[in-house]
Amino acid sequence: MEQLLRNIFDNNIFVFTVTAILPLIWIVPYALVAIWLERKISAHMQDRLGPMRTGGWHGWSQTIADMLKLLQKEDIVPAAADKILFNLAPYIIFIAAYAAYAAIPFSSAYIGADINVGIFYIIAVTSLAVVGILMGGWASNNKWSLFGAMRAAAQIVSYEIPSVLAVLAVVMIAGTLSLQEINNLQTGWFWNWYVFQKFPFIFVAFIIYFIAALAEVNRVPFDIPEAESELVAGYVTEYSGMKFAMFMFAEFVNMFAVSAIAATLFFGGWNSPFGDFLGGPIWGVFWFLSKGMVLVSIQMWLRWTLPRLRVDQLMYVSWKVLTPFAFACVIAVGLWMML
Amino acid sequence: MRKYFIDIYKSVWSVLIGMKITFGHLFVPAVTIQYPDVKPKLPERARNRLYVNMDDCIGCLQCEMACPVNCIEIATVKSLPTDDLGTTSTGQKKKLWVTKFDIDIAKCCFCGLCVYPCPTECIKMTEVYEFSEYDRNNFLYNFVTLTKEEIENVKAKAAEYEKEQAAKKAAAAAQAKPATAPTQQPPPTAQQS
Amino acid sequence: MTDIFETSIKTSTGKALRREEMVINMGPQHPSTHGVLRLEVVADGEIVIDVIPHIGYLHRCFEKHAENMTGYQQVVPYVDRMDYCAAMNMDFGYVLAVEKLLGIQVPERVEYIRVIMAELQRVASHLIAAGTYGLDIGAFTPFLYMFRERERILDLFEMTCGARLLYNYMWVGGVSHDLPPGFIDKAKDFCQYFKPKIKEYNDLLSYNEIFIKRTANVGVLPGDVAIAYGCSGPVLRGSGVDFDLRRDDPYSVYHKFDWKPEIGKGEMGAVGDCWDRYIVRIREMIQSINIVEQALNQIPEGDVATAIPKRIRPNAGDVYVRTESARGELGFYVISDGTAKPFRIKARSPSFVNLSVIPEISRGGMIADLVAIAGSLDIVLGEVDR
Repeated sequence: MEQLLRNIFDNNIFVFTVTAILPLIWIVPYALVAIWLERKISAHMQDRLGPMRTGGWHGWSQTIADMLKLLQKEDIVPAAADKILFNLAPYIIFIAAYAAYAAIPFSSAYIGADINVGIFYIIAVTSLAVVGILMGGWASNNKWSLFGAMRAAAQIVSYEIPSVLAVLAVVMIAGTLSLQEINNLQTGWFWNWYVFQKFPFIFVAFIIYFIAALAEVNRVPFDIPEAESELVAGYVTEYSGMKFAMFMFAEFVNMFAVSAIAATLFFGGWNSPFGDFLGGPIWGVFWFLSKGMVLVSIQMWLRWTLPRLRVDQLMYVSWKVLTPFAFACVIAVGLWMML
Repeated sequence: MRKYFIDIYKSVWSVLIGMKITFGHLFVPAVTIQYPDVKPKLPERARNRLYVNMDDCIGCLQCEMACPVNCIEIATVKSLPTDDLGTTSTGQKKKLWVTKFDIDIAKCCFCGLCVYPCPTECIKMTEVYEFSEYDRNNFLYNFVTLTKEEIENVKAKAAEYEKEQAAKKAAAAAQAKPATAPTQQPPPTAQQS
Repeated sequence: MTDIFETSIKTSTGKALRREEMVINMGPQHPSTHGVLRLEVVADGEIVIDVIPHIGYLHRCFEKHAENMTGYQQVVPYVDRMDYCAAMNMDFGYVLAVEKLLGIQVPERVEYIRVIMAELQRVASHLIAAGTYGLDIGAFTPFLYMFRERERILDLFEMTCGARLLYNYMWVGGVSHDLPPGFIDKAKDFCQYFKPKIKEYNDLLSYNEIFIKRTANVGVLPGDVAIAYGCSGPVLRGSGVDFDLRRDDPYSVYHKFDWKPEIGKGEMGAVGDCWDRYIVRIREMIQSINIVEQALNQIPEGDVATAIPKRIRPNAGDVYVRTESARGELGFYVISDGTAKPFRIKARSPSFVNLSVIPEISRGGMIADLVAIAGSLDIVLGEVDR
């Protein structure tokens, strides 16, 4: 893709800009649709209808209307807040979420930057969100926000470990950190996907990764940083208007990012499940996005089913359950490969 | 150690059970009613906005007394013996001009206690439940059918009549010996039914 | 818990770090205080050191209002508004007190209607309690399932008396309306419809491992402490004390039904933890549905309007009547001075008493536990503050 653009335009800065902006073409409509979808899924799971009026058919434009409303809202900054950090926080969180898209392969032809340490880069850069959350929680000068921020920091840092270990299991089989390479290794029918390799260890690794990813994006049952019944809204309590929308947007962008990584690592990324059927770069985008969306839907499904864990239980799950199991997976995969 | 694995098994299993239930509900028809388009059918006993049929009101103040939040205000003026106010649909003769019958529906607690004691069944709760207003003053419902002039007229007449009667009485009293003190009305006797 | 903090933490320069406790206000505007309760929490990080409940944000002078009504009947709408989640139970207690003061006997059909209504209301109230409890713990979906069922109970009430929340249905000496035609069939249908739903709640929430982990062994209220604090209702029974006024001090026609109170057994943790209090409510719903079914089958024919006195003027005296409302022992102490107005009405509201154990059982827990404990006590602020 980059090469193609470079051939046409012969202007590096322009080419880089276009490559960097391309994922936005997906994630902006995705966020709008996903928020609507979340409302609809939750509503139908609860025997409700959800938004039905805005825009006509099943309230399809509800999110757009909400976005317009948030744009018009007064931007309130608490008097005692640390103004610079308070204003900066939502953007840092969004940048952290968006930066991950640079190394996610959307299709065999398009990847923002095909770096040879792609997955490592993503793991490193998504952790930046902690900084934003801590900033927001601290700068709000609200005790509830601070609680949320502290919980978020503890949670995201702890859950990095099992998720990295789970990723490591895949990386061991693939022998590369480049996501595009990992995808290329999974071509063919769906039994070539890593999730079905070295059964059941990679499958367990996928489960561990998925649970840890839920915690990293603060979704139920790990939504304690913004637990609405305990902390009102956690670190977003004091935000309003477009800054609040930014947090919301970042959350959904993050949800897709972790789903996309799971799809890439475990489900063959842009590979068609049926060999060459509907293969190729264009269909690759379709397969990739639908795999991502399925995983996003599962996250929503879990959210509307489960209660929330407590802080100490959250740590228990990370350190005493997920981490040992992830280690066991890594060792088992390693031993299997030695055989 | 055993408990550790049992806990993990239980957690995963109960999560899966929960997910099965919520997934099943995706295909259960929603119970939501699309309210302004589809309106629920209210049962006939529904208690909503109060309505007073002034043709039947005899101004007995029973509803005003029964109201626990004092949202009903009634004022009456005695009619002259010569006036004919007509009868109610239940056949009672009306004896009082009702010059004021205000219900502050914003205060109303919809308990229905005013409906029960009404001897002519003229105050009742209707099925109307959509009566929001932009101005609080609009919640003060006036049910009086008389116009302002009529009320003034009636009041003036009554005052005149009163004066006449008082004058008559005074005259009578002056003629006769100083009358005995007017006998006290006996208090309402009924304790219980 | 505090021991680990006693060892002073030193900075690199050897200075001891200053530690202080944080005072947080939970409420009056907070999603999980179930109204306008304000909990002043002294917290050390996530650990709750002390809780001081502040009440009175919903004080509406119920008792003073009652003295200034024109009659005993007018108090009923105010009684409704004490516990707006279980208004029928509130009415029931009050009218029983006034009837005892008057010394009148209501027709048997009225007694049955009252029991049916009170038990349906208990189910509706427990549905709210369990649903919002799920919400406190973070599960959104059971809440809406429970409200869907509650809606059907409210439909039955609306059909009977025309109101959905504040009924003013039970009057001194009777009820405002007889059962409407078709009510008994509909109520029986509801009982049949409702029974399998309990299993769904259990699968989705009660026996969910996360839910159990959040509630078991949290906020343990031992039986003797519960008695010492004067707790009642599901809070007391959750602590393993087998006490239910419907059985132990029977009023109305409760002695005619075959049922048993549910008590907490400590299945998932200690006896008297949050899970026990929660599951007692869930199981009580089954018992209540049982009572309703029996009552629907036994209800005699008769006239309900005859016993309603035209004018209520009890002789001077006082009376205390206690009933089992959805939240516990609801007592009304009514003093009459022989006029048509009550001289004094004192309500012993169960939520108020149950709320008083919050500091006792939430010390040493976490903030998330405090939310779980407050939810498991199932307080209604309208009744706490009156």
